Amino acid sequence: MPAIKETVEQVLDIDVDNYKYGWSTDLESERAPKGLSKDVIKFISNKKEEPEWMLEWRYDAYERFLTMKEPDWAKVSYPRMDLNDIYYYSAPKNTEGPESLDEIDPEILKTYEKLGIPLKEQEFLAGIKNNIAVDAVFDSVSVVTTFKEKLAEVGIIFCPISEAIKEHPDLVKKYISSVVPKSDNYYAALNSAVFTDGSFVYIPPNVRCPMELSTYFRINDVNTGQFERTLIIADKGSYVSYLEGCTAPKRDENQLHAAVVELVALEDAEIKYSTVQNWYPGNSEGIGGIYNFVTKRGDCRGDRSKISWTQVETGSAITWKYPSCILRGDGSSGEFYSIAISNAFQQIDSGTKMVHLGKNTTSKIISKGISAGKSSNAYRGLVSSHKKAENARNFTQCDSLLIGNNCSAHTVPYIESKNKSSIFEHEATTSKISDDQIFYCCQRGIGKEDAIALIVNGFCKEVLQKLPMEFAVEAQKLIGISLEGSVG
Amino acid sequence: MFEIKNLNASIQDKQILKDFNLKVNPGEVHAIMGPNGSGKSTLAHVCAGREEYEISSGSVGLDGINLLDLEPEERAVRGLFLAFQYPVEIPGVASMTFLKSALSAHYKFNGKKELTIPEFMKLIKEKSNSLNISDDMIKRPLNVGFSGGEKKRNEVLQMTLLEPKICILDETDSGLDIDALRLVANGVNLLRSKERSFVVITHYQRLLDYIEPDFVHIMADGKIIETGDKNLALDLEKTGYNDYIEKDI
Repeated sequence: MPAIKETVEQVLDIDVDNYKYGWSTDLESERAPKGLSKDVIKFISNKKEEPEWMLEWRYDAYERFLTMKEPDWAKVSYPRMDLNDIYYYSAPKNTEGPESLDEIDPEILKTYEKLGIPLKEQEFLAGIKNNIAVDAVFDSVSVVTTFKEKLAEVGIIFCPISEAIKEHPDLVKKYISSVVPKSDNYYAALNSAVFTDGSFVYIPPNVRCPMELSTYFRINDVNTGQFERTLIIADKGSYVSYLEGCTAPKRDENQLHAAVVELVALEDAEIKYSTVQNWYPGNSEGIGGIYNFVTKRGDCRGDRSKISWTQVETGSAITWKYPSCILRGDGSSGEFYSIAISNAFQQIDSGTKMVHLGKNTTSKIISKGISAGKSSNAYRGLVSSHKKAENARNFTQCDSLLIGNNCSAHTVPYIESKNKSSIFEHEATTSKISDDQIFYCCQRGIGKEDAIALIVNGFCKEVLQKLPMEFAVEAQKLIGISLEGSVG
Repeated sequence: MFEIKNLNASIQDKQILKDFNLKVNPGEVHAIMGPNGSGKSTLAHVCAGREEYEISSGSVGLDGINLLDLEPEERAVRGLFLAFQYPVEIPGVASMTFLKSALSAHYKFNGKKELTIPEFMKLIKEKSNSLNISDDMIKRPLNVGFSGGEKKRNEVLQMTLLEPKICILDETDSGLDIDALRLVANGVNLLRSKERSFVVITHYQRLLDYIEPDFVHIMADGKIIETGDKNLALDLEKTGYNDYIEKDI
């Protein structure tokens, strides 16, 4: 039928080349020698002026890494990357330890301005933008963290992790790798050996963080991997909402991003972690793009603690990430809300793990996968309950939406219950945006692309509602942009 | 003025419309009746721009512009409205959101300033009252779980909001009980004006008791074979289609 034929043709000449963050900033950078070795690790550690224990910690991770193999169980295929062909450290010159915005290279400030990320505290204070504290990570270094002083007034620590290692070693030592062990997996081990920067957050007992905290990651340099490490600790009875955003220039080579994020929630604490991931997805031929191999895990360590992951994944050539919750404390709860959109040749294998260890623990998973173009989009999730996890409760809903005839959606749920009192529910649907739906919208004057965006936004409304309000609108627009050219 | 000239259309190599002609002046209501498979719904869909059909020749003109050169959404904003026989369900999208998007597209095309949310809400409330459409229905996902009557009323609500120049009603009466039929017909009658014209496609004379046509056409085998006034529909009800079709042959 002509309509379907047309759709196929449109999908064939899909243009994902309208990635709007694809430009790069021309900056002189300082790099470590290419490749992975103990010397390079030492170089990074020296650059960060780390204490000796941290270097030893990195060496240990490196030793473990050498014994590990790259995982191959995910539903993604790509040529293996030569890890010796990457720069593990790249920093814009003269940016080490800027004390204030005035000391930052104006080119970097312009970069963030162009990305729409507010770094000027004055703008906030004047009420131009919403109250958000930002840590800006540029290649391997954090270039600025805003509102540090204001947050410090209530005892909150929000700083680059490289700074936390020096200034708050006790906290770092106590919590780093306590959620994601160094040898947890291949990429986590690699990250532990060579991580460069990221954010550190500590919320003291009974403090409700007065503003959104966020980190914006930008890969700028060529052939550089970004290995960031984020550690967030919410002490007893505290609350924090945190958002990360990511972009990178268009390049023909694939670039590696292997991050580790660890969250610790103590008694009655709550952490809300949102991600808007928009790394460069590669072009319409599937050339280039970021390999996004990320380990994110939250530990509900205290009783009645709560961790909630919300993610909007639209970028990256390959996404491999499973933000998870360890429900250790009694009465703790974990949530995972995800929108994963794949277009052109993007491949996504993403999902979550909810590990119920404590009594009366609850978890909820809402996953919305949208595939277009020739992409592959897989949900992979584990829900398990330990022998002692009395009354564990999970509800999972996995919905997939297909656009066009050349994409695929896969759902791979694992459920392991070792306790008779567990109640686990799993619901799944797969649907396709029909030509009838698009025609109906068009007949009312709504253009095709807007029609798709409208339908897709309706499809993932439940998850969009979970994003901090400031970002929900941005995310909605992003969904529209990601699907441009996906249907005829 | 809405004018279809020598329209030939086929689907999967089967010709459906054969040199179809129809001229509708502003303010007129034309009813098209005909047996199953005569091409009535195809006519509606070809006018609105459904892609499956192969159009070999002819034109569909609205105020001098050939709609066949335009995308479906461009036809819509220029004033062509199709009330669907089977309104499509769109899960997750509230009727309200859908109406707002559609109205915005029309306002944008006409260079009108977009309504604010309160203005829009007021407009919806005003228009939905006469169609007996509840607030609850407008908040629900578009057409999902709507009864047959609700779906058709919702079509008329959209028509009322978008203020088209030419409305094509594709078997709007199908699946309606007598009360719903009255409600829908009443909604359509409220929209009748000197500028707005209607093409009402139906199987049954019953609808025409409520929406009184200026002309009645009988369509068979892809073209109009007989034209008359509203009495033609009454005659047809008595005799059936066969008399007319045989006469034509």
